[in-house]
Amino acid sequence: MNPDTLLQLVYLLSATLFVFGLKRLGSPATARQGNRMAALAMLIAIVATLVEQEILNWQLIALGIILGSLIGAVAARTVKMTDMPQLVGIFNGLGGGASGVVAAAEFFRLGGGDLGVEAGITILLSTLIGTVTLSGSFIAFGKLQRFISGAPLTFPFSRTLNAVLFVAILVIAATQVTGGATVTMYLVLTGLALVLGILLVTPIGGADMPVVISLLNSYSGLAASAAGFVLGNMILIISGALVGAAGLILTNLMCKAMNRSLANVAFGAFGAADSTGGRITPGEGKTVRDVDAEQAAMVLAYAQSVIVVPGYGLAVAQAQHDIRKLSDLLQERGVTVKFAIHPVAGRMPGHMNVLLAEADVPYTQLFDLDEINDEFSTTDVALIVGANDVVNPDARDPSSVIAGMPILDVDRARNVIVMKRSLSPGFAGIDNPLFYLDRTMMFFGDAKGSMVDLVRETKEV
Amino acid sequence: MGELMIGLYVFVLAVMVGFEVITKVPPTLHTPLMSGANAISGIAVIGALVVAAQAGETTGQVLGVAAIVMAMVNVVGGFMVTDRMLEMFKPGQKK
Repeated sequence: MNPDTLLQLVYLLSATLFVFGLKRLGSPATARQGNRMAALAMLIAIVATLVEQEILNWQLIALGIILGSLIGAVAARTVKMTDMPQLVGIFNGLGGGASGVVAAAEFFRLGGGDLGVEAGITILLSTLIGTVTLSGSFIAFGKLQRFISGAPLTFPFSRTLNAVLFVAILVIAATQVTGGATVTMYLVLTGLALVLGILLVTPIGGADMPVVISLLNSYSGLAASAAGFVLGNMILIISGALVGAAGLILTNLMCKAMNRSLANVAFGAFGAADSTGGRITPGEGKTVRDVDAEQAAMVLAYAQSVIVVPGYGLAVAQAQHDIRKLSDLLQERGVTVKFAIHPVAGRMPGHMNVLLAEADVPYTQLFDLDEINDEFSTTDVALIVGANDVVNPDARDPSSVIAGMPILDVDRARNVIVMKRSLSPGFAGIDNPLFYLDRTMMFFGDAKGSMVDLVRETKEV
Repeated sequence: MGELMIGLYVFVLAVMVGFEVITKVPPTLHTPLMSGANAISGIAVIGALVVAAQAGETTGQVLGVAAIVMAMVNVVGGFMVTDRMLEMFKPGQKK
C-alpha cells in the first residue's frame, strides 16, 4: 500500500477514536476511559506522522516534543482545582497559537507573493483565528489569575475601535490575497489580530469568564481546523471541528444560564454595574433573622432533607472539604443531603462539580438545576453557601434586571439558611429579597470559619 | 471537486457530529469535557510536525519547533489534567 494511503487510514482511525472518546466523556462511569481513548488517538496520529515524514532535523523535533510534554505534564500535575479555568485558558491559547504558527510557517515557506486564492485565504484565516485565540486567552488567564483587574475595562469608543480594527484586518487580508502578499503586511496583520484578541477580552468582567473560556475553547478548535485547510490535512479539520462544536455548545449553555446573549456578554460590560443608577443600600428598612452556628446546626440536624447550594464564594474560601464533612455528619444522622449546582456556580462550566468531587463528594449527590428545582418545595432546609444572584427570587419578576435568569428555587424550601459575609449584592448589583423572608435565617461570617463552626456544632447536637 | 471543497464538506459534517455527541454530556462533566476537548485541539501538533519536518531554512524550523512545543503542552497537559479530574469523580457508596 502506498504510504500516504496508510497514513490517511491511520488518521481516519484516530478521528473515529476521538468521536468515541468524546462520546464516552458523556457519562461519569465511562469518562476516564473516553479521555484515555482520545489520548491514544492523539498518540497514534503523532507517531504515524513522524514515521511517514522525511524528517530533515530529528533533534529539533524531538527537543520540541520533549520540552512541550514536560511543561504540560508539570502544569497538569501541580495545578490547583480552583485554578482550572486559568489552566484551560492557557491551554486554549497555546493550542490556538500553535495553529496560527503553523500557518505562519507555511506563509514563510511559500515566501509571500502570489499565494493564490485558496492558499491565501486559508493561511490568513488560520493566522487570524490562531492569533486572536492566543492573545485573548492570555488576557483571560491574566484576569482569572488576577494579574490584571477582573473588572471590565472599557474606554470611550472601544466598540468602534474594535469594529475599525476588524474592518482593517479584512481589508488588508483581501488585498494580500488578491494583490500578492508581502512579509511586512503579513506581520502587520498578525499584530492587528493580537491587539484585537486583547481588546475583545478586556471589557469582559470576571463573572462572565465561563462564557469567554468556552468561546476561546471553540476558537482553539476552529484554529486547528483552519490550519487543517492550510495543509490539506483532514485529521486537523475533523478534530478542530469537534472541539469547535463542543466549545460552541458550552458557550451557548453558559449564556442561557446567565440569561444573556453572546453579544451582550461581549459588549455589555456586565458587572461595571455601579454606573446603572444609584447604589442600592441592601437591607434598608427590612429585617433579617440572624442565627449563629449552634442554631443553624440544630435546624440542619433535625431536618429530614437538606439541599446545599454552593456558590463560588465557597470555592474562594476553600471550604469544600468542610462542607463535605457537614454533609457526612448529617447523613450519619439519617438526613438526606443533596447538592444543587447552578451552571454558573464556578468560573467555568462544571467547575463546582470538580471542586466538590475533589473534596470527595460523590457525583451521585450532585444535581443540576433542572433535576433538582422541583424538589425544593418538599425539602426541609436549603443551605446556601457563597451564592447570591443564582438564588434571587427577583428573577421571576419581569421588571427585574435579572428577569428570566434561571434560578434555583430555594425560597420554596421550608427553611432557608444563607451563609454569607454580609448583605452585600452579588455581581448583578441588586438586592436579594430572599434574605428578608420569614423562613430565611442569615448566618453571617466568612464561608470557611462559619463552616468549621457549623461542623463542630453539628457534631455536638 | 477541489481539496478545499472536500475539506469544507468534512468540516461541516464533523461539526454536526460534534454537536450530536456533545449535547448529551451532563453538566457535571462540563469541565472535564472542556479540558478533554481542549487537548484534542492540540491536534495542531500534527501540522506543526509536518511544517517542522519539511523546513529547510531557519525561519521555518524555528516556527515549526515553537508550534510543536505549544501544541504538545496543550496535548499532554490537557489529557493529563482531564484524567486527574476524572479520577476524582466517584459514585456514592451503595448503602
